[in-house]
Amino acid sequence: MNPPIVKFTIDGKEYLAAAGTYIIDVARESGIFIPTLCNIPGVKPRGACRMCTVSVNGRFMAACTTPASDGMEVRTSSPELEDLRRAILEVMFVEGNHLCPVCEKSGNCDLQALAYRYQIMVPRFPFQFPHRTIDAANPRLVKDHNRCILCKRCIRTVKDAKGRSFFAFRRRGHKIEISIDHEMADLMTDEIAGQAADICPTGALLRKEGGYRIPIAERKYEKVAIGAPDGTDTR
Amino acid sequence: MSQKITIEPVTRVEGHGKVTIHLDDQGNVVRSRLHIVEFRGFERFVQGRPYWEAPVLVQRLCGICPVSHHLAAAKALDVIVGAGTGTGLSPTAEKVRRLMHYAQIFQSHALHFFHLASPDLLFGVDADPKIRNIVGVARLNKGLAVQGVMMRKFGQELIRITAGKKIHGTGAIPGGVNKNVSAAERDEFLKGEAPMNPDAMVLWAEEAVDFFKDYHRKNREFIDGFSEFPSNHLSLVRKDGAMDLYHGVLRAVDSEGKVILHDIDYQEYFNVIHEEVRSWSYMKFPYIAELGEQAGWYRVGPLARLNTCSFIPTPLAQKEFERFREVSGGKPNNRCLHTHYARLIELLHAAEVIRVLLNDPDLQGEELVRRGEKRHEGIGVIEAPRGTLFHHYRINDDDQIAMANLIVSTTHNNEPMNRAVNVVAKRMLTGRTEVTEPMLNAVEVAIRAYDPCLSCATHAMGQMPLEITLVRPDGTVVSRARSGGTA
Repeated sequence: MNPPIVKFTIDGKEYLAAAGTYIIDVARESGIFIPTLCNIPGVKPRGACRMCTVSVNGRFMAACTTPASDGMEVRTSSPELEDLRRAILEVMFVEGNHLCPVCEKSGNCDLQALAYRYQIMVPRFPFQFPHRTIDAANPRLVKDHNRCILCKRCIRTVKDAKGRSFFAFRRRGHKIEISIDHEMADLMTDEIAGQAADICPTGALLRKEGGYRIPIAERKYEKVAIGAPDGTDTR
Repeated sequence: MSQKITIEPVTRVEGHGKVTIHLDDQGNVVRSRLHIVEFRGFERFVQGRPYWEAPVLVQRLCGICPVSHHLAAAKALDVIVGAGTGTGLSPTAEKVRRLMHYAQIFQSHALHFFHLASPDLLFGVDADPKIRNIVGVARLNKGLAVQGVMMRKFGQELIRITAGKKIHGTGAIPGGVNKNVSAAERDEFLKGEAPMNPDAMVLWAEEAVDFFKDYHRKNREFIDGFSEFPSNHLSLVRKDGAMDLYHGVLRAVDSEGKVILHDIDYQEYFNVIHEEVRSWSYMKFPYIAELGEQAGWYRVGPLARLNTCSFIPTPLAQKEFERFREVSGGKPNNRCLHTHYARLIELLHAAEVIRVLLNDPDLQGEELVRRGEKRHEGIGVIEAPRGTLFHHYRINDDDQIAMANLIVSTTHNNEPMNRAVNVVAKRMLTGRTEVTEPMLNAVEVAIRAYDPCLSCATHAMGQMPLEITLVRPDGTVVSRARSGGTA
């Protein structure tokens, strides 16, 4: 049996969707830009980054984990929401060690692209300069923990044919970090390493020896601004 | 004589120098020192980074000549990825890199001569500092100032089409380049309206050489007698002895022209060049190992390059090179201010090389990267605008940088700059107890001839943050002066 259809509004415009459809998916299909970092279309959402926070009937909710429901009034933008998103980005920048000028992901990085979009010049929070490590022991992949925003995209999507994830969290609290499963590490192919590097929204996962192959001006967000999948900037 | 001056490190800054001059009881200058008080730390903080980041990371050392660091690091990594030294790349990769490098030489030399050195030449060392700057040059000789700006622009735009952007690009990657030069990009220059084409730049470079020669004729005593002292000279040369600023072997000559380093493969540089550390400067003092610390110091840069090479492989620059050699009777030229002459001959050479390269169809080739058997260690050497630049990396089994050693041009010239300061100080100061502005500037001129990185950005505004201290034998400070007036 098909799920019931729900009727709701986004930014004052009426939309219909199957019950259970997440707000972010409706917005994406309708060409409405809501910024995301941890969300991946078609993959179960985790609400890890909170970049997609929207106003739902006056309350702030994550658009990626909130299903649309009848009568819902969603607002995707307001001065308060924009400032909140900017603050989230700023927290990410000060919490890690993000050095865009020398990062090989520069120009292809979702975090950097959003920072440009939100015109972040100087964060309002003090830099933490955490001591983080680089793990390059895997022959195909480098993990640079300085740049990891703990979005779990790699854990949720990079899996073998049996559905076993190559990545997992280890440690707790502020020391938590991504690790490559020891037993799975030997199964990592070039293709899987490439998939992991591509799915990472920052430069935390890097294919070995592949850096800087794309020349400046040819990189992803130099061609199309973030939030403009069809080449139309929705800002 | 013992006295101690404490200098706090000034970190991550461009251009901070400090000179101390020591006097005996009769007021005679007995010792002068140029202190470089910058601390950068790049050799340490690249450790642990993936090796392929090095060309992009270390170029942040400098905003004036990042291409030199970018390419020196890339050349070292070529060795690590098994692409060989200098000649192992595809023709496209090597020529794109050469174009990038000669464009860098061209813009940097133009910057130095027109923006930094010309105020001293046009107005004189003892002119009022209020007019002795690039704005003063523009007022007095608008054409010359415009030429300087346009020549820099030409070089910077060439860097953009080869490296991706004008400053801090990503063009050179281990084993090659990440882009070629498209026909459309090439035609921006080949078909560009004057002055933005190579023919016009060659012409302007010739005019710049003529400008200096004319100035030399009129001011022979100043140019020739300002600061001269015998020294060794070191640079890369092509295997046949030709000037080659991108790749070659290490050659050094002594002050009489005798070859003291015979065309050494730079992968073995550590056998022939050692570095001394002195407690009063953050900059090391390299020397030719066989000659020892006292006698083994040498100069690098334009003057040294014209003293070491056998010929220049472009016709117009070769003619000037022959005249340059005549000035010193065929022997190495040890006159400090002749560095400007040498630099302008190189400017002309770079313009000629750029013209040849832009007409080379290899720039549009498709083979960008070559790799071979991987190694754990690599050394890259290049002739940067200011002199020979060494990059040496060792990596671990996980592809992380385990060791980096960089010997930059200004470091090689550390001892020569100290000597130059000493020569000028002795002549200008002996028997005097007050530091005057012209004396201060004379010391600056001696340092500036080497175009050291410490003079980069700030002097362009007419202010080099230089401080001079006169110290008596008992350690008491007689006089102290900063750029812009006596303190």
